[in-house]
Amino acid sequence: MVRKVGVLALQGNYIQHKRMLDNLGINNILVQYPRELEKCDLLIIPGGESTTISKLIDRNKFRKPIMNFAQINSVFGTCAGMILLSSTKEANNLKPLGVMDFKAKRNAYGRQVNSFSGNLHLEFDNSNNFKALFIRAPKVSNLGKGIKILATYKKEPVMISDGRHFATTFHPEIGNDVRIHKYIMEQINA
Amino acid sequence: MGQGTYEVKVGLAEMLKGGVIMDVTTAEQAQIAEDAGAVAVMALERIPADIRTDGGIARMSDPLMIKDIQKTVSIPVMAKCRIGHFAEAQILEALEVDFIDESEVLTPADDNNHIYKHDFKIPFVCGARNLGEALRRIGEGAAMIRTKGEAGSGNIVEAVRHMRSIINEINLLGTLGHDQLMATARDFQAPFSLVEQVAKIKKLPVPNFSAGGIATPADASLVMQLGAESVFVGSGIFKSEDPASRAKAIVDSVTHYKDADKLAIASSGLKSAMKGLDISEIPEDQMLQDRGW
Repeated sequence: MVRKVGVLALQGNYIQHKRMLDNLGINNILVQYPRELEKCDLLIIPGGESTTISKLIDRNKFRKPIMNFAQINSVFGTCAGMILLSSTKEANNLKPLGVMDFKAKRNAYGRQVNSFSGNLHLEFDNSNNFKALFIRAPKVSNLGKGIKILATYKKEPVMISDGRHFATTFHPEIGNDVRIHKYIMEQINA
Repeated sequence: MGQGTYEVKVGLAEMLKGGVIMDVTTAEQAQIAEDAGAVAVMALERIPADIRTDGGIARMSDPLMIKDIQKTVSIPVMAKCRIGHFAEAQILEALEVDFIDESEVLTPADDNNHIYKHDFKIPFVCGARNLGEALRRIGEGAAMIRTKGEAGSGNIVEAVRHMRSIINEINLLGTLGHDQLMATARDFQAPFSLVEQVAKIKKLPVPNFSAGGIATPADASLVMQLGAESVFVGSGIFKSEDPASRAKAIVDSVTHYKDADKLAIASSGLKSAMKGLDISEIPEDQMLQDRGW
């Protein structure tokens, strides 16, 4: 049972994740200090600027605590948060946590002019009507053996899970469709 | 598929929350900004403090310089066009900058009209001194609002005045009955539908950032505590003695804007801030915030 969700609040769109959780009636806190992880059994790493969040994770001594947390608890990353969960090679100003076995390519669709919204196919409830925003979004590749695809856009994977952790290339926290957050809570509770 | 739609534009503004957007004039400065943890850079030829001293007409930057910065950093790159100069905005769109600032820091090109920003696929940010001005800009299609403050002054007083005005007026709207909103829209000179929306949601419909005079970690904390969701730092970083340290300190102070212990650490041992100007030293006809209609 998810008792408390932490939303990593170093930079980015953490407030809208919090709003989603509030709407679902799920107990949650904004996490700004590593000690606050102890109270949580799911951590959300929001969208934002991945290089900024990567630096702030290190400057605020979050790297080890998040990696340890992820050994026994779930982490859910959206967009920048997904890039940080990946096992992508360290690049200039960006050091992923290596929590999940896949690679992410930043800004894979191009600059903001190529950002878009589109309807996703959700594998888990077999629907085609989840409207998602992709903002300077990444693409995933080199999916590890244990990785399951949970949603696609134009046949490409945009939501994945290894059973414990979850990641999306889009922003399920924007808008009023709570299905993604609700599904993840159900999986962790199952 | 929707590209360049309003929600996609506001989406990028949402991602920049809790961060610092830094003015840079060269690729080297852009790299310093990214290394410090900036969420975006604003590429411009002269920072506001220099525009103020140099005088003359301030225009859109050279595309070559913008491209150079785009090649250097991976974070979003913004650029400024003159108020009402939609041709400059079209050029910036062709360059695929990530955000356009229709800015009072440059010399206005139209003394009556702003750009109709819904015509563009790229999001725009505009300055505002009060709620009416913010809602007029949103009505034209701005996807982000920032206080104007007084750019290039290194003086936070005007940004504080503008943020307090916007927040106070939002709070006031929240207390009014529906029958009072049309008169309020008239007084604010703002579109009625947006006045109605703000009265209901009790915030701006787009992210509300602060700019104009932020020079220290404490300045950043002050405007964040007053209600800003991110800060722009123009002259404050590269007019200071040690830009890299100051840039990092301001990033840290935005993350922990309510934590005085962290702010004390961020504020420690920074070399001199930009010198700055008292607002009374600025001749009235050189006040940048009065540009915009």
